[in-house]
Amino acid sequence: MTDRIECETLINVPIERVWEAVGDHRRFGEWFKVALDQPFVAGQQSTGHITHEGHEHVRWTADVVAVDPPHRLAFRWHPYALDQDRDYTDEPTTLVEIRLEPAGDTTRLSVVESGFDALPTARRDEAFRMNASGWDQQMVNVRSYVEG
Amino acid sequence: MSEAMLKAEAARRFAALGDPHRLGLVEVLASGDERSIRELGADATISRQALTKHLRILEQVGLVRATRAGREVRFRIERGAIAEAEQFLTLVTRQWDDALTRLKAQVEG
Repeated sequence: MTDRIECETLINVPIERVWEAVGDHRRFGEWFKVALDQPFVAGQQSTGHITHEGHEHVRWTADVVAVDPPHRLAFRWHPYALDQDRDYTDEPTTLVEIRLEPAGDTTRLSVVESGFDALPTARRDEAFRMNASGWDQQMVNVRSYVEG
Repeated sequence: MSEAMLKAEAARRFAALGDPHRLGLVEVLASGDERSIRELGADATISRQALTKHLRILEQVGLVRATRAGREVRFRIERGAIAEAEQFLTLVTRQWDDALTRLKAQVEG
């Protein structure tokens, strides 16, 4: 299956508190590493710029599909759209669905991103190239910071 | 490509491999080298015609690729478009895993 990915994590706080970090655009941006210009509103665009080290100031845009507190945030975007000189507007988007589910006093959060088969193969090459340029090392840094 | 289409494609490839001659050809080509029909036929116990037929079947299901070099046709294994797509998804998944790790730390911390 090459069209979608799924990730999941269990978070040790009640669902409403997790939603605050997902549905609020400023708090979302803290962990997602993006500075957003406006709140998430279904049917509207979300704009901003990436704050992730190595890709600062790369523009970020997404079409918000759904905001259903406290259970679901969904948007369409261009994954790995990291080339500042390029206009991705006409390329297909993937759909990101972030879902929250209560599990007692904890919260199960899942992310499903789908639509990869529609992406041009050149985008994959770009992803591999961008990834090799330091993004990977940042991931390692974040993980050791969080666990350390 | 939908999951159903991917499965159908995989089934066709496995069916193509379900023949000892074709399996043998794929094994030879798996090294990554290009071979002409003449080279592939050097050790074969089947006719040139049968060999060509087997290679065409492998080409039709996307397991080998044929390129024409002058009057000669050369065959090589077709490295997976599927493998490449899966590698990309691994990258994407890793990005999300790390983002979710940060979210968890931010909310629990």
